[in-house]
Amino acid sequence: MNKLHPPDVAASRAAPAGPVITCELLTKRFGDFVAVNAISFEVAAGEIFGFLGANGAGKTTAMRMLCGLLGPTEGAATVAGFDVFRQPELIKQHIGYMSQKFSLYEDLTVGENIRFYGGVYGLKGAVIREKTTALLQRLGLEAERNTLVGSLPLGWKQKLAFSVALLHEPAVIFLDEPTGGVDPITRRQFWDLIYEAAAAGTTIFITTHYMDEAEYCDRVSIMVDGKIEALASPAGLKRQFGVATMDEVFLHLARGAKNTE
Amino acid sequence: MPAVELINISKSYGATPAAREVSLTVEAGELFGLIGPDGAGKTTLFRILTTLLLADAGTATVAGHDVVRDFRAIRNVVGYMPGKFSLYQDLTVQENLEFFAAVFRTTVAENYDLVRDIYEQLAPFKNRRAGALSGGMKQKLALCCALIHKPTVLLLDEPTTGVDAVSRQEFWHMLGTLKARGITIVVSTPYMDEAALCERVALLQEGQVLRVDTPDALRQSYPWPLYAVRAAHMHPLLQDLRAYPDTHSCYAFGESAHLSLAHAAPDAAARLTAYLTGKGHAPVVVAPVAATIEDTFMDLLAQQQPAA
Repeated sequence: MNKLHPPDVAASRAAPAGPVITCELLTKRFGDFVAVNAISFEVAAGEIFGFLGANGAGKTTAMRMLCGLLGPTEGAATVAGFDVFRQPELIKQHIGYMSQKFSLYEDLTVGENIRFYGGVYGLKGAVIREKTTALLQRLGLEAERNTLVGSLPLGWKQKLAFSVALLHEPAVIFLDEPTGGVDPITRRQFWDLIYEAAAAGTTIFITTHYMDEAEYCDRVSIMVDGKIEALASPAGLKRQFGVATMDEVFLHLARGAKNTE
Repeated sequence: MPAVELINISKSYGATPAAREVSLTVEAGELFGLIGPDGAGKTTLFRILTTLLLADAGTATVAGHDVVRDFRAIRNVVGYMPGKFSLYQDLTVQENLEFFAAVFRTTVAENYDLVRDIYEQLAPFKNRRAGALSGGMKQKLALCCALIHKPTVLLLDEPTTGVDAVSRQEFWHMLGTLKARGITIVVSTPYMDEAALCERVALLQEGQVLRVDTPDALRQSYPWPLYAVRAAHMHPLLQDLRAYPDTHSCYAFGESAHLSLAHAAPDAAARLTAYLTGKGHAPVVVAPVAATIEDTFMDLLAQQQPAA
């Protein structure tokens, strides 16, 4: 009823809203090889959607298509209301992206990185200044504004990269193995940031190799050989396969994979 | 004679210490884990043991050979799999293996027995260039190349990072087979669940050894009363648990939150359930739980850096 002031996080996440990602029979072929084979799903606003699969299952190809970086062969998909075939540039402007491999410029300071990304996404100087102050305050990094990013601990870099990817208030953020290599406490602190962003209405699309992190998602899809073999809440998947952990769900599905190269 | 011994090893890169007075002993035939996040110093220790880097201070031996004085001997008895894929991307699977055998003046045929189980999984791709292999296949090829001269000590730097759960499980199965053949294995990993698969592990953080012990002893050393708490929504659950007066620490752990309390009390679970129900959580399940290695590691980390 009271949509503007949701009583709590759970209710706001469950609030009805149009899907932020829609995917219908989306397919990508490279010559004879079908990397992504007619996948269909929808992701709701504010949902934390886990995108899992074995190495070589087609996750990266699917994600590149949804980010407007790779043209699909056939099917249909929209991201933040834009069409992946016709409007890839608009998609790029309206999504956030962060991976373990690509995040911030090590040779720029914290403040310079924020200014650079703000500029790339078309934010005005005054807005960037305002957002920089708020961002550094929220992360407790005010004292590090003039520090080179390269000299920050990995955990701080990742939290900063995540916040910078949200600077232009995208409808959805794609996180490609964002927590690789960090210590177990920092990994959990990173998830606190994810929960906060989702509670604020940002849709989260995340890949991970940590199966405990699959449990933190609202829904999880598992790709095998280019197809989505399972898609449900973590509890639903465990029920479906009659196992106790997401690790077992994953092993059960991925073990039959043919494309492991 | 220990297979690997480090005594007060220190190494800095400029002002950044990568190893601080590290002392470790790995027995012959042991499967030993170096557990820690990026920046813990794992790679530095491997590079010192493989004679590729000189320590600033301290001494180390591998198979009884000193890493400085007897570096040539070490290179013949050690198999090393670096964290970064370091085979020749433009050579095929088979060419890489033959090359590494030739460098060590042996042949693939001579030591095929040792790599057979692993190499058979690669056989369908033997004419593919190494650069075109998937993560899991690259990892298997790198292991074959590290084994082809029949080393007595195998040093594996994060072999399973970025590799999916199926390949990780297969890889650990292979390590078990190699251990059964008497090869000493030192393996590093950032995955805490893999620590449980080692006979002993060293927990590392920022160049320091926090603790060395068996997985069981590490689990049992956890000092706080620990509970697994479940409710419908994890994020508000974590926030309310952190605000609970007797909470010592609270971390998400898969489908539960692990909550450690500052004091043990017989009615702790009942009181906690009442508190959470009062906060609107449902259905609330609170049960005592045995600590995992990850719980112990996080507790040690929190002691190192209070209130990060």
